Amino acid sequence: MGAFFQQLIDLGGPLLLGAGTTVAITLASLLVAIVLGLLLALIRLLGITPLNWIIAAYVEVFRNTPVLAQVFIIYFSLPYLGLSIDPFPAAVIGLGLNGGAVLCEIFRAGLNAIHHGQREAALAVGMTPWMSLRYIMLPQTWRITLPPLGNYAIALLKDTAVVSAIAAPEIMFWARNLVTSTFQTTFVYILAALLYFCLSFPLARLVERFERRQRAWQ
Amino acid sequence: MNNVLLRVEDLHKRFGDLEVLTGVNMTLDRGHKTAIIGPSGCGKSTMLRCINFMETPSAGHVFLDGELFGEKKSGDKYVRMSEKELATQRAHVGMVFQGFYLWPHLSARDNVAIGPMKVRGMDKREANELADAMLEKVHMSHKVDEYPERLSGGQQQRVAIARALAQQPKLMLFDEPTSALDPELIGEVLNVIHELANEGRSMVLVTHEIRFAREVADRVIFLHDGIVVEEGPPDRVIDNPEHERLRGFLRQIVEH
Repeated sequence: MGAFFQQLIDLGGPLLLGAGTTVAITLASLLVAIVLGLLLALIRLLGITPLNWIIAAYVEVFRNTPVLAQVFIIYFSLPYLGLSIDPFPAAVIGLGLNGGAVLCEIFRAGLNAIHHGQREAALAVGMTPWMSLRYIMLPQTWRITLPPLGNYAIALLKDTAVVSAIAAPEIMFWARNLVTSTFQTTFVYILAALLYFCLSFPLARLVERFERRQRAWQ
Repeated sequence: MNNVLLRVEDLHKRFGDLEVLTGVNMTLDRGHKTAIIGPSGCGKSTMLRCINFMETPSAGHVFLDGELFGEKKSGDKYVRMSEKELATQRAHVGMVFQGFYLWPHLSARDNVAIGPMKVRGMDKREANELADAMLEKVHMSHKVDEYPERLSGGQQQRVAIARALAQQPKLMLFDEPTSALDPELIGEVLNVIHELANEGRSMVLVTHEIRFAREVADRVIFLHDGIVVEEGPPDRVIDNPEHERLRGFLRQIVEH
């Protein structure tokens, strides 16, 4: 029994350390993805044709290629341009760019779901287009997109596992290292999975609550 | 002092190949009320929406209080104002829509108060007081904290009227304010509009309620195929119409 706990501490320590990195990568990529996605969705709203094409192309490329390939390209190709990049920022940039494409579409759908009369009513009381966006459109978009945004965050948390491939020191990176040194394959991966579950499950319950609240609004 | 509040000059509006308005003129004196009537698709809503540049006219001009609205003169050409300048002018024109368009994320009070706060920079306490006073005017004092989804259509429209009143506008525009309402809710909204009319407010009203137009308006415009076919005081236009098309339109309305 004592041996079991000793093993748990030996393996769990590095994995917990990795969990911290997993959370950090998730939050940082989520932030990049939200800012980028919202910005792109708003630019698309302006209806400037060449910009729309560029954004549409960006969205399609990133949605239709594996995120692992995207991360590899960023990590291994940027140095050729003279920019050496650490695994952590490379992971955040890769997942953030990928998420920006996903969230651009989510925000766009959210903005389009609002009746045009909402904006007209704002302009009618003398708001500028910016005020109407800030005080009328975005608060409503936020409510509409919160559940899909939450689901994206859950998916992202688990998808961060792919950046172990560029040696970003998150849960799966440490798990693989531990397996190589201890050969405790099953035990290590079950522990790793358990850690993801502990992070993801509360988030999923939170999103579920958002969804219930939104059904109540409708 | 010039008593003309609103002048619409040779207004044209085209949507692609479709000409909705083909040269409409009107003037409204301060404190007066004009009702625009006409069959569906005659351009009456479009005309109203051109007055505050919710639609940009294809040609023609709008003057509010002697000032060119929505446009600026540069040399002998007219150019559209910036959105910011336009917003400043729109703040003087209240608009009530057929579909209410209350903002669902704000309570009744906040729906009314947010305009004065953000547009005129009023502080929150002052704006809330103004909102409560305007909501009282439309007999909605008992629902100030409710959200729009919990209000009936008639109640929502009355809050929307309070929202427009809080602008302390020179002119009120009503775009078929009762057309989306269940029949039993129309009366409460018409009553409120009637009360506002009695206060001597200037208003332009697009409506299907001919009887109401007759009671409230001092001038009626009959619009057909994008032009003014007949206009004048209601007792002449509605009771003794000259044009066959207006007679036909009124007959159809009465039959329903």
